[in-house]
Amino acid sequence: MKTMHTNVVTPDGSVFEGQVEMVSVKTTEGELGIMAGHLPLVSPLTIGAVRIRKESKVQLIAVSGGFIEVRPDEVNILAESAELPSQIDIARARAAKERAERRLQEAKKANIDFKRAELALKRAINRLEVSSYGNKS
Amino acid sequence: MASLRDIKSRIVSTRKMKQITKAMEMVAAAKLNRAQTKATAFVPYTEKIREVVSSIASGSEDEEVTHPMLQDRKEIKKTAYLVITSDRGLCGAYNSGLLRRTMSIINERHASADEYGIIVMGRVGRDFFRKRGVPIYQEIVGLHDQPDYSEIKNIASTTVEMFVDGIFDEIYIHYNHFISVITQQVTEQKLLPLTDMGGNDAEKTPKLDYIYEPNPEVILEQLLPHYAESLIYGALLDAKASEFGARMTAMQSATRNATDRIDELTLVYNRARQAAITQEINEIVGGAAALE
Repeated sequence: MKTMHTNVVTPDGSVFEGQVEMVSVKTTEGELGIMAGHLPLVSPLTIGAVRIRKESKVQLIAVSGGFIEVRPDEVNILAESAELPSQIDIARARAAKERAERRLQEAKKANIDFKRAELALKRAINRLEVSSYGNKS
Repeated sequence: MASLRDIKSRIVSTRKMKQITKAMEMVAAAKLNRAQTKATAFVPYTEKIREVVSSIASGSEDEEVTHPMLQDRKEIKKTAYLVITSDRGLCGAYNSGLLRRTMSIINERHASADEYGIIVMGRVGRDFFRKRGVPIYQEIVGLHDQPDYSEIKNIASTTVEMFVDGIFDEIYIHYNHFISVITQQVTEQKLLPLTDMGGNDAEKTPKLDYIYEPNPEVILEQLLPHYAESLIYGALLDAKASEFGARMTAMQSATRNATDRIDELTLVYNRARQAAITQEINEIVGGAAALE
């Protein structure tokens, strides 16, 4: 199967690099699957899991805030943060989730920081999901 | 002449000082190493964003893609200076050189305090501007030696928002650029607006006709704040590397000075000791001679 070079880069360094068969991401417009030979494309990503298929194994990466750049032979994912399932601190994500939920409850009345709490909640849920699926396989 | 005991205690205290500066030098060297690794790891991220942004900005001929963050404002009412200093001293001219340069630039360009504002990172800079009554809009102190992106995410995005909201019409970053361990250069970098995008870079990179999903405007909307924030982070990492370089050099020369001082004092000490012995012998001989 044809492969393409894929990079997942964050400000704190590279998280993933290698030849892969398929990358699927969640953009602001919806799910998107990329295989080798795709037309050049740029699209912003939402908080979600990036699935990378390599030698018919699936690698998950929890990504928040960023975008994907597709070139004929190369895929670059640039994100504010990106973590492999093994790098996720589950306890911290759980705590973040609870904190965000509490904030959301409070924010309903005050209507401040609602968006921030919502984003934090999304990030926490995303991390938890990725770590639970990723560590199983 | 100082007494033998005085000289001795000065030698001892200088020696202790030397131990400390030596240790600080080694700590700075280790931190410098890590700071450099971190700065290198970060480069691909900005490079990539820059590539994409400039390829969008230089864009296709038929449709002009622009964004407020890419254009000079007609009237510059207020300029912001983001000054990156260290939290602690003992790093030579690292902070003083930078702050002196910032002040002279401000005095040169602006007639009144309404025309500029300061955003400052680091305790030394904050105290400096506070003492002089310079308007500080934002500050952050106590950053880690190897700061994570998340630590400055807030101050960076607020800074970018201040530009978008029109509080500032221009933003410059002032920091020490790392050239080598012994050389750091005070640098002024224009952060916003991003007028130097496209241009030269567009010719270097082969242009690809990207599909923009959903459209170029939305992507620029998302990407440009990101890019500006990452520039701030990049400058911070650069400044941190410079800080450790400067501290290492400063501590190195402090250690060397302490060594010289110890040598000098030891010489004085030995001379004084000799003099004391000679005097004692003289007294004994003199006393014996008087008895005869």
